[in-house]
Amino acid sequence: MKLAVWTYEGPPHVGAMRVATAMHGLHMVLHAPQGDTYADLLFTMIERRNHRPPVSYTTFQARDLGADTSGLFTSACRDAFDRFQPQALMVAASCTAELIQDDPGGLAETMGLSVPVIALELPSYQRKENFGCDEAFLQLCRTLAKPMARTERVTCNIIGPTALGFRHRDDLAEITALLSEMGIEVNVAAPMGASPADITRMGAAHFNVLLYPETAESAARWCEKELGQPFTKTIPIGANATRAFIEEVRVLSGSTIPVDETRMRQPWWAASVDSTYLTGKRVFLFGDGTHVMAAARVARDEMGFEVCGMGCYNREQARPLRAVAKEFGLEALITDDYLEVEAAIEEAAPEMILGTQMERHIGKRLGIPCAVISAPVHVQDFPARYSPQMGFEGANVLFDTWVHPLVMGLEEHLLHMFRDDFEFHDDAGPSHHGGHAPRNDPGAAAAHAAADEGGSMPLPSAPLAPLDAPALPDNIIWLTCAERELKKIPFFVRGKARRNTEKFAVEKGISEITVDTLYEAKAHYAR
Amino acid sequence: MTTGCRDTPVLKQRGQREVFCGLTGIIWLHRKMQDAFFLVVGSRTCAHLLQSAAGVMIFAEPRFGTAILEEKDLAGMADANEELDREVARLLARRPDIRQLFLVGSCPSEVIKLDLARAAERLSVAHGPNVRVLNFSGSGIETTFTQGEDACLASMVPALAETPAKELLLVGALPDVVEDQALDLLAQIGVTPVRCLPSRRVQDTPVIGPNTVFALTQPFLGDTHAALTRRGARHIAAPFPFGAEGTTLWLKSVAAEFGISPEKVDQVVAAPRARAEKAIAAAATTLRGKRIFFMPDSQLEIPLARFLTRECGMQAIEIGTPYLHTDLHGPELDLIASGPVISEGQDVDLQLDRVRAARPDLTVCGLGLANPLEAEGLATKWAIELVFTPVHFYEQAGDLASLFARPLRRHAALRRQHPNRLEAAE
Repeated sequence: MKLAVWTYEGPPHVGAMRVATAMHGLHMVLHAPQGDTYADLLFTMIERRNHRPPVSYTTFQARDLGADTSGLFTSACRDAFDRFQPQALMVAASCTAELIQDDPGGLAETMGLSVPVIALELPSYQRKENFGCDEAFLQLCRTLAKPMARTERVTCNIIGPTALGFRHRDDLAEITALLSEMGIEVNVAAPMGASPADITRMGAAHFNVLLYPETAESAARWCEKELGQPFTKTIPIGANATRAFIEEVRVLSGSTIPVDETRMRQPWWAASVDSTYLTGKRVFLFGDGTHVMAAARVARDEMGFEVCGMGCYNREQARPLRAVAKEFGLEALITDDYLEVEAAIEEAAPEMILGTQMERHIGKRLGIPCAVISAPVHVQDFPARYSPQMGFEGANVLFDTWVHPLVMGLEEHLLHMFRDDFEFHDDAGPSHHGGHAPRNDPGAAAAHAAADEGGSMPLPSAPLAPLDAPALPDNIIWLTCAERELKKIPFFVRGKARRNTEKFAVEKGISEITVDTLYEAKAHYAR
Repeated sequence: MTTGCRDTPVLKQRGQREVFCGLTGIIWLHRKMQDAFFLVVGSRTCAHLLQSAAGVMIFAEPRFGTAILEEKDLAGMADANEELDREVARLLARRPDIRQLFLVGSCPSEVIKLDLARAAERLSVAHGPNVRVLNFSGSGIETTFTQGEDACLASMVPALAETPAKELLLVGALPDVVEDQALDLLAQIGVTPVRCLPSRRVQDTPVIGPNTVFALTQPFLGDTHAALTRRGARHIAAPFPFGAEGTTLWLKSVAAEFGISPEKVDQVVAAPRARAEKAIAAAATTLRGKRIFFMPDSQLEIPLARFLTRECGMQAIEIGTPYLHTDLHGPELDLIASGPVISEGQDVDLQLDRVRAARPDLTVCGLGLANPLEAEGLATKWAIELVFTPVHFYEQAGDLASLFARPLRRHAALRRQHPNRLEAAE
C-alpha cells in the first residue's frame, strides 16, 4: 500500500483506452464497475475530443457480483459489436474486474464474433498507464500485422502517437512533413489515425520511426523481430537530436535528398545577444524518461542552461535515464511520488523547472517558474495552435516555451538595480505575465473570482505556507541584517543565494550568517 | 394539463451507466470539513479519478489521498491491515491539523472485503481522542456520484452525542456562504437552535435525539435520512430550497414544525424573495419555452426540473435520475406538471438515441458526454458544476437559473461559428 496525493500515470486500462481512442474502426469493451466511465472525460474534456471514446463499459454494481458478471460482459460485448460494427474488438478488465476474474478475453473469444478480438492482460496492481498503451499497441500488432511484401518506394511507419499524449498530434504532423521532405512516405501512422485494417498493412513499410518509447517500444521490437523492420532510436526533440534523427533515417532509407533547415530559428534565437541572460540558469527536469532525456540535452547544449537535477516517474526508463544523469554529473530521481519530487526540487533550488502538470504546482508553491515538457498535462497543454515538440518547429517551440516563464534579461537587471520600486518589484513577477505573481499570491483572490465567474471548477482556497526556509543545519543561524539583505535579492535567484550561503557557512564552519557571509559566498560561487 | 408526476410510470433501463462513483463527493466534502482528511483505500484508478474529476489537479496538497493497493496487499488480509495502519500513522504525523479521518472504501477494497469499519475502530483507539476515524464506502459498485456524500454523512450519525432538546438539524454540505444565509433566514423567522451536518469543524459536531427534527438541503441523502430516523430524529418533508418557490416552501415547512405561521415567513422573506424572483426573471427570458433533457447524474435532476419548469418556463422532455427516492422526491414530483418521461438508471446508448431524436435545446449531462453532444450541435450543461457552485436559497436562485441560461446564450452568440453549422442551425 502506498499513499498517493497525485499520480503521474493512470491505471493500465487508461493506457489501452488511449490507444483505442486514437484509432478508428476499433472498439473496446472494458469490464469495469460503475464509475470507471470517468475515464471518458480525460478525452472529451481534457483533450477536447468531439466524440466519445470508442469504449463500452459493463458498469457492474454490487448486486451483480453475486449474480452473473460474466453474462453482463458478454451482453455488453454483443451490444457494442452490433451498435458500432468495428473492424476489431479489444477487450480488457479494469482493476476491480481483474479481482473478480471473469476472463473477458476468454469470454469474447467464445462468442464467435466475425472480427478479430484482441484480449489484453493488464495487471492493474503492478503496472500503469504507459504500460497499458505499450501493451495494447503490441497486442494489436501481434494480432493484426503480418509479414508481407515491402512497398516499392521506401516507406516507413510512424508509431507511438496516442490520444491524450503530450503534443502527439503535432509531433506526428511535423515528423510526417520532415520525412516527406526526405522523400519518404508514411505507410501507416499508428495508433493515432489508424484503423485495424491499417495495422494489417504495417508489414509493407521498410522501417519504423518510433516517436515515443513509452507507448510503442514493445511494438517496435516485435516488428523488428517478426516483420524485419529496423526502427529509429533517436527521439527528434531539439535541433541536435533532429539532425541526428535525419542522419539515422538516411542510413535506414538511403535518402540523400537535402533538408532545408532555414525554418528552424531556435539556434539563432539562442545565439542572439538577448539570450545571454539564459547562460547557466539552473534547471530541474522531471517527466517521462524520453522527454526528460531529450530536454536535458537541449537545456545544456542548445539553451546554455545548467541542469541541476533530473528524474522520471516511469521506472521502465530508469536505466537509460540514470546513464544520462551520470553523464551530467547528477544522480537521477526515479519516483512516482509527487512529494518526493517536490522535496528534491526544493533541495536543488533551481531557477526554473521543466516538468509536468505536477511540477507546475510545485513551481507555483515554491515560487519557481515552470515550463511543461511532458505528460501528464492538463487542458491548457492541448493548444488549438500547432505546437509540436519534435523536429524543426518543435525546436522553435521549445525555445519559446522555456523562455516564457522567465524574467526577461533587461528586466532582470532592472530588478537588481531598483529593488524597492513600489510597482516594479520582484513580488510582482515577470512583467510580461499579466496576473502572475510567484508566492503569497496577491492575485489569488482575483483568480478565484474569475474562476467562479467563468463557471470553471473551483480553485483551491488555501495553499500551504510557502516553504521559504528549508531546514538549516542545527548550528547555523541567519542574523537579521543578513536575512534582510537576502530579501533584497530578486526572487528568481534568492533560493540559490540562500542555499549557496548556507553551504558556504557549513564548509567554513561559520555559525552566524552575516551580510559579509552572504557576499563572501557570492564571491566564492561566482561564475 | 393534469398536475403532478408522482404517479407517472418510471422508465427503467439497464445498460452502461455513464456516471461518477461516490468517491467524487470527496472533492467538495474535503473543502467543507476543514479539519478532515479523506483517505481512499483503493487502486490507482481511484486516485486518477479524483484528480481528473477535480478538473484541476489542485495546487498544493489537498486533504485527500489514496492508499493504493498493490499486488502484495491482495495476497493476504493481515498485511493489508498492517499496511493501512502504517500509512495512516505516517499521514497523521505529517498532518497534525487533522481531527477527523475518513477511511473511504472503493470497488477493489469492497471486492477483497477489506473491513474498513474494523480498521476505523482500531485506528480510533490508536489515534483518539485527538483524531476520530470513521469509514464509508464511495465505491462505484455501491454508490453513484452524490451518494458518496450521503454515505459520508450517514457514517457520522451513529457517533453523534445524544440530546433531549428540540433542535433543527440542517443536513447537506452547503458552501459556507449559503449555509450562513440559511441560518440567518431561519433565525429571523424564529427557528432556533439550528445545527448543521456536516459541521465545518469537529468541535461544532451536532448532537441529536428523539426531539430533533431535520431538514435536508440536498435531495440525495437517502441513507443519511434513514440513519437519522434510526436515531429518533424526524424528517420535515418539503421541496428542496432551489429557486424562490422551493426556498419559500422549504422555509414554511420548517417554520410550521416550530409553530411559526406562513405569514411570518412571508414577512421575513419578502425582500430576498423579491430579489430572487427578479434575478430569475432575467435568466428566464433566455430559458422560457426551451426544451431540456436531464441525463441521470447528481440526483438533483428532479428538484431542478421542478425549478426550471415552474419558475423559468422551460419544458422538460426527460428527467433522468440515478435513483428515485419517492420519500424524498415525492413533494417535488407533485409540483412538476405531467408530461416528461421520468427515468431511473441508464442505458447510455439508448438514452443518447432519445436525446438525438428529441434534439432538446439543452441537455444536462456528465463531463464525458458534454463535448460529444456539443459537437452534434446540442447545447449542454455539465452536471458536476451544479454540485460545485452555490445554488441554494434565495440569493443564489438567479445564479442557478443563469447556469442553464449561459450555454444557451453562448450557443446563440456563436451559432454561425459552430464547426457543424448545418446541424447546429436546426
